[in-house]
Amino acid sequence: MNVMMLLEMAASAFPDRPAFTDGSSGQSLTYQQLFDGARLQGRQLLASQASRAVKLDVSNLGTPLCLFASACAGIPYVPLNYRLTDAEIGKLLERVTPAYLVTDAARVNGFSEHAEVTSQSSPEFVAQSQSGGDLLTEWPMDPEEIAVLLFTSGTTGEPKAAMLRHKHLVSYILSSVEFAGAPEGDAALVCVPPYHIAGIAAIMSSVYAGRHVVQLPNFDAETWVDLVVQHKVSTAFVVPTMLARIVEHVAASGRSLADLSCLSSLAYGGGKMPLAVIQKAMRLFPDTDFSNAYGLTETSSTVAVLGPDAHRAAAASQDPDVQRRLVSVGQALPGVEIEIRDEDGNLVGADERGEIYVRGEQVSGEYEGRGPVTDSEGWFPTRDAGSIDSQGYLFLLGRADDIIVRGGENLSPGEIEDVLLTHAAVADVAVVGVPDEQWGEGVAAAVVFKVGQQAEISALQDYVKETMRSSRVPQFWEVWPELPYNETGKLLRRIVRERLGAAAAEQ
Amino acid sequence: MPELKTGDRLKSTVCDGEVMVVSAPSGDIEITCGGAPMASAADAAKTGDVDPGHAVGIVMGKRYIDADETLEVLCVKAGAGGLAIGGHLLLQKDTKQLPKTD
Repeated sequence: MNVMMLLEMAASAFPDRPAFTDGSSGQSLTYQQLFDGARLQGRQLLASQASRAVKLDVSNLGTPLCLFASACAGIPYVPLNYRLTDAEIGKLLERVTPAYLVTDAARVNGFSEHAEVTSQSSPEFVAQSQSGGDLLTEWPMDPEEIAVLLFTSGTTGEPKAAMLRHKHLVSYILSSVEFAGAPEGDAALVCVPPYHIAGIAAIMSSVYAGRHVVQLPNFDAETWVDLVVQHKVSTAFVVPTMLARIVEHVAASGRSLADLSCLSSLAYGGGKMPLAVIQKAMRLFPDTDFSNAYGLTETSSTVAVLGPDAHRAAAASQDPDVQRRLVSVGQALPGVEIEIRDEDGNLVGADERGEIYVRGEQVSGEYEGRGPVTDSEGWFPTRDAGSIDSQGYLFLLGRADDIIVRGGENLSPGEIEDVLLTHAAVADVAVVGVPDEQWGEGVAAAVVFKVGQQAEISALQDYVKETMRSSRVPQFWEVWPELPYNETGKLLRRIVRERLGAAAAEQ
Repeated sequence: MPELKTGDRLKSTVCDGEVMVVSAPSGDIEITCGGAPMASAADAAKTGDVDPGHAVGIVMGKRYIDADETLEVLCVKAGAGGLAIGGHLLLQKDTKQLPKTD
C-alpha cells in the first residue's frame, strides 16, 4: 500500500489528461509526465541517501512531484512552512536529516552549513523530472511506512511532527474519493498552503479522481476569481477568511456572475466559518454546492462533512434546530466514528458539550518520537470541544483549551462570538477568558467594526444579554482594527488572550 | 499461497487483472481471477484462459469484498476475469458518493 499506487492508476487510466498547472507560471504536467517524473526523481532521492524529502516552497509543480517521488523512494515527505524564519526552519531541518531539500531559488544556498542537507531548486527539480532516464518500476508496499511528516504549528513549545502512514492516507482516499470520478475537463483550484494537511489531501484526492489541479501559490481574491474563469474551475477548497474576501471582491467589483457559473462546488474548512459569510456566499452563488469539511492533520484530513443538501435544507428551514446546522460541520464520513466525551472520559448525551474523539482507519494520532496518543481502542482525542445533535450533526465549540471557566461555569467563546457577529456594526469578534480576581476567569472581547460603522460597548452588551445569560456578557472590551489570524484562517486566540489579558490587568 | 497482507499486489494468470489487498483475515486464502489462482505481481505469468463461469470482469478503482466482508481488494488494473474465493465470486463494494471536500 503506497500513495504512489494512486498516481500509477491515474496515469494508466488517463495518461494525457492535465494533472497539475502552476497558476503563476502556467506550466503544466500531464498524469503520465507526473508519474514518470516522480519515478525519475524517486531514483534521485534514493541515490542521495536522504532519509527525508523536504519541500520548502510555495505550491508549484515540484509539490506533487516531490510528494510522489518520496513515496516512490520509500522515504517520508516533509513539507515545511516557508513563512517561518531561517532560524526556525534550520531547527526543523535538523530533525529530518539527512534531507533532500527542494526549495525556491532564493533559498537553495541558504542551508549549506548543514552537512546533511542536499539542496536543489524547485525549477531544477521539476526540469530534471522531465529529462528522461531510468525510471523506478517498483516502490515499497508496506502500509506501515511513513508517507508524510507534518509539523504542527506548535502554539505551545516545540512543533510536533505528526506521522501519516501510507495506510492512513490511502484508506482516506479509497473511502472518500471515487476513482476516475472527475469528468474530463474538471478542474480544482488549490490555494491552501502545501504544508497544510488540506494541501496534501487536495493533491491525492484530485489525482485519484483524475481531476486537473490548478495551483494558486499566494491567495488573493482577484487572482483566485481570474483563475476560476481562465481554467473553468469546477471545484475549490478555501478557508473561511478566503471565502469572506472572495465574496467581498465579487460583490464589490461587479464581476459577472455568469463567468463564475463553472464553479459547481466550493468546499471550506480549516477554521470557524462565520454564519454571515456562508449565508452571503450562498446567496451570491445559489447554484454552487457548498460543503463544510472538518478534519485535522492527525486524522489525514476530513472526518466530517456538511454537504450541499444539508446547506440548502438549513438555509431554507424555519425550524431553528435545522437552521443552526448551517454552522455545523455535518456528519462523520463513512468508516469514521465520532464521539463526545466529558472530562472524565464518559460519553455525553445529544447537544451536550465535551471533547471530540475520532476513530477510523485514516486516524493516525501519532507523533514522531512520542508514540500514539490514541487510546487502547484507537480513539484520538482532538482537543476540540464540540457537541452532536440528535441527528448526528457535529458542532465545533472551539478548542477544549479555549473554554472560559467563569465562577465554575463553562462558557464557549464561539457561542458568544456567533451572537455578536449578527450585530449590524460588527465585522469580526474574538471572545476569550482573561484572569479575573472575583470569577477566576472573566469574559473579554476584541471587536472589529465594519468600515464606517460603530456601536457603543453598552449596546453590544445589551445585545448579548437579549439572547444569552448575563454570565456570558463580556465585561472587558477593546476595539481593534483587525484580529490576528494565521495563514490558514485560524484565529490566533493565544495572541488575543495575551493582549486582552494584559490590557484588562492594567485597568 | 502464503497469508495475504495489506498492500500485497496480486496478478491474474489468465487476464490483465491486478489487485491490491486492502484488508485480509489471517490464515491462508487463495483468491482466483477468471477461475485461476492469482500470483504475486513479481512472478505472475499467463498460463491459460478465463473460465467462462468467472468472466464477469473487474474494473479499475473498484473495491471487491467477500460475503462476510473480511477480505477487501482494490482493482488496480482491469481484467476480463472475475475474482473469487473458494469458487464464490467477490462482490463489488459500493463507494458512497461524497461531496468533494479538498
